[in-house]
Amino acid sequence: MHSVVCIKQVPDSAQIRVHPVTNTIMRQGVPAIINPYDLFALEEALRLKDRFGGTVTVVTMGPPMAEAALRKCLSYGADDAILVSDRSFAGSDTLVTSYALTATLRKIMESMPVDLIFTGKQTIDGDTAQVGPGIAKRLDYQLLTYVSKIVDVDLEHREIRVERRAEGGVQLLKTTLPCLITMLEGTNEMRFGDLDDLFRAARYELKVWDRTVIGIEDPETVGVKGSPTVVSKVFAPRPRSQRAEIIDLQDDSPKNLASTLLARMFTQHPKLEREIAKRAR
Amino acid sequence: MNEQARKPARKKVELDPRFVSYRHVWVFIESERGEVHPVSWELLGEGRKLADALNVDLCGVVIAGPGERGKGICAEAFGYGADKCYLLQDPVLADYRNEPYTKALTDLVNTYQPEILMLGASTLGRDLAGSVATTLKTGLVADCTELLIDTESRNLAATRPTFGGSLLCTILTQRHRPQMATVRPRVMAMPDADPSRRGEIVEVPFAMLETSIITKVLEYIPDDSRDKPNLPFADIIVAGGRGLKKPENFALVWDLARVLGAEVGGSRPVVQAGWIELDRQVGQSGKTVRPKLYIAAGISGAIQHRVGMDGADVIVAINSDPKAPIFDFAHYGIVGNAMTVLPALTEAFKAHLAQARKAG
Ligand SMILES: Cc1cc2nc3c(=O)[nH]c(=O)nc-3n(C[C@H](O)[C@H](O)[C@H](O)COP(=O)(O)OP(=O)(O)OC[C@H]3O[C@@H](n4cnc5c(N)ncnc54)[C@H](O)[C@@H]3O)c2cc1C
Ligand SMILES: Nc1ncnc2c1ncn2[C@@H]1O[C@H](COP(=O)(O)O)[C@@H](O)[C@H]1O
Repeated sequence: MHSVVCIKQVPDSAQIRVHPVTNTIMRQGVPAIINPYDLFALEEALRLKDRFGGTVTVVTMGPPMAEAALRKCLSYGADDAILVSDRSFAGSDTLVTSYALTATLRKIMESMPVDLIFTGKQTIDGDTAQVGPGIAKRLDYQLLTYVSKIVDVDLEHREIRVERRAEGGVQLLKTTLPCLITMLEGTNEMRFGDLDDLFRAARYELKVWDRTVIGIEDPETVGVKGSPTVVSKVFAPRPRSQRAEIIDLQDDSPKNLASTLLARMFTQHPKLEREIAKRAR
Repeated sequence: MNEQARKPARKKVELDPRFVSYRHVWVFIESERGEVHPVSWELLGEGRKLADALNVDLCGVVIAGPGERGKGICAEAFGYGADKCYLLQDPVLADYRNEPYTKALTDLVNTYQPEILMLGASTLGRDLAGSVATTLKTGLVADCTELLIDTESRNLAATRPTFGGSLLCTILTQRHRPQMATVRPRVMAMPDADPSRRGEIVEVPFAMLETSIITKVLEYIPDDSRDKPNLPFADIIVAGGRGLKKPENFALVWDLARVLGAEVGGSRPVVQAGWIELDRQVGQSGKTVRPKLYIAAGISGAIQHRVGMDGADVIVAINSDPKAPIFDFAHYGIVGNAMTVLPALTEAFKAHLAQARKAG
C-alpha cells in the first residue's frame, strides 16, 4: 500500500508577534514546525503501513528550509520525502498550491501507483482547508474530509470504509481506492520514532523537485501570477474604542462588588436584565 | 477605519468584459434532513447588503432529497432576504456527499453565473466550497469576518484573520468570477425574518445516476444533541481560563452557569488540559460565539480567544491582573481573584433571580 502525505511547514503561530508600530509580522526567531494538523494524517498513514505494509511518502511544497519538516517526518517512520521548491511558487494561493501538489503527485505516480493521499484538516497559517479538496478534484479522486476513523481497507477489492465527522453527526462512508482523506485532529497520537529512523532521517538524500521536474512549463500559472486571490492589505485588528469599566476589588468586598456590577450592567443594558429574568421562571 | 482609507484614490475601473454576464449574489442554503444551518440565514443577512450595494438579486441555492421540505426552506429563505431560490431535489442529493453536491452547485453556477457565491464555513460548507472553487478554477476566501463591495469594479473585498488571528488581511478575486467566500457561524449577525416576504422558486432538474456515484453513505449516526454543548447559539456563556489554576476550581464556573442557565466555555489551555471538552473551546481554533452575555474568568484575552467572542453584546472579565489584555475590549472588568469573585457573582445573580421570581 502506498500512501502520500502532504505536509506543510508553518511558523509556530503561538510565538508570532505583531510589531506594535509597523503592524508587520515579526518572524525573526519564530520556530518553524510541521503544521500540527498534518501529524494526524501522517500517523494514520503510518498505522496503515503497520497493518498492510507498503510505503509512506511525504511531500511538501515550500522553501528550501522546509527540508527540516520532511526529515522530521522521516524520523517518525516515513519512507520517502519530496520537497517541491521553486522561486516561482512564492505567493501561491490555495488553488495554485493544489495545482502544484497535484502535478507532484502525478509525477510520483509515474514510478509508483498511489492508493491513498492524506492531508491535514487545515493549516494554522493558511487555515483554509482548501488544499485537500483541491487536489482531490484535480485528480478526480473521491474526497473524504474530516475523517475521524479508518474503519477498514479492503486492498483486494480496492475499497475503504471510514467514519467522517459531518454536521450534527457521523457518516459511515464506503468508497473506492485511490481516494483523498483529510484527517480530523485528535483522532490519533503521533508515535515516537525509533533510533533507526532517526539516523536514516539524518542521512536520507532528499528529493528536491523544481517546477520543471513536475511538468509545469509556464511560470505564470503558479505563484502570485497564477493565483486568483490577491492580498490587498494586511492590518491589525482595530481596538475597541473604550476600555472596560473597571470595578476594583481593593476597596470593596466581593459581595458588594458583585452587586455593583449587576446594578451597573442592568442599568446600562435593560434588555440583558429581562433576558436573565426570563430564567427565573 | 475611516471612509477615506476605504476608498483608495485611483482612476475609474471598467468592469472586465468577461464578467458582464456574471450577475447576482448567491448564498448556498445548507440543510440536512430538512434542517437549515442557521449560518445560512446569517449569510442571507450579509448577502442582502451586498446585493443592494450592487443593485442585483439575492438568490439562495437549496439542495435536498426528494422527500425533504425544499419549498419550505425556500419560503424561509425569502423571509430572511432572498429574492429568488434555485431548488434542486433528487434522490442522490438526500445525504451530503461531495461528488453529487459539487456537480450540482458547479453546474448551477456555470448556467446562471452569479458574481458572488457564499457558503457557511461548516464542515459541509468547507468541503463543498473548496471542491467547487477548484472545479471552477476561481478564488475562494475562507472564514471571512467582513465583506465589502467596490461598486465600480464590483470586486468583493473579503477580510479574514491571518497568522492565527494576530492580523487581518483583505483579499480580492479580481480576475475571476464568481468570487467565493465562506463565513463561520455566528460571525455575521442573524437578520430579522419577515415571513410576509415572497420570492421566486426556480426548480432545476438534476440528472445524476446513483450508479455513477462512487462514494456511498452506509450509515448516519446523529450526535446525541441533548448533552452536546451548543456554544455558538448560547445566549449566556460563562468561560474559564488558565487563571482558575486547578481543574477543581472550574466547578465555580459551572455553579455560576447553572444559576444563569448558561453554557460553559473556556480558553484553549483548559481544553488542552482536559478540564472541559473540545466543543467548549472558544476562539480561533474553537467556536465563534455571539451571546448576549459572556463572563470570562481567568482568561487573559489573547487575540486567538478574542476573535471567537468579540461579537458578544456584553463582556464581563474577571482577572487578577489589571493589565490583562481582556480589559481592553471587555465592557466590565473586575480586577480580582476569580476564586472569590465567581462565588460572589453566583450569589448576586441568585438573589437577583429570586427577586425577579417574587416580582412575578
Ligand atoms: C494557532 C493558534 C490557535 C489558538 N486558538 C485558540 C482558541 O481557539 N481559543 C483560545 O482561547 N486560545 C487559542 N490559542 C491560545 C491563545 O494564544 C492563548 O494562549 C490562550 O487563549 C490563553 O488562555 P488563557 O487566557 O486561559 O491563559 P493565560 O494566557 O495563561 O491567562 C491566564 C489569565 O488568568 C489571570 N489569572 C491568574 N490568576 C488569576 C486569578 N486567581 N483570578 C483571576 N485571574 C487570574 C492571569 O492574569 C491571566 O491573564 C491559540 C493559539 C494559537 C497559536
Ligand atoms: N505547501 C503545502 N505543501 C504540502 N501540503 C500542503 C501545503 N499547503 C497545504 N497542504 C496540505 O493541505 C492541508 C490543508 O491546507 P490549507 O488549505 O492551507 O488549510 C494541510 O493540512 C496540508 O496537509
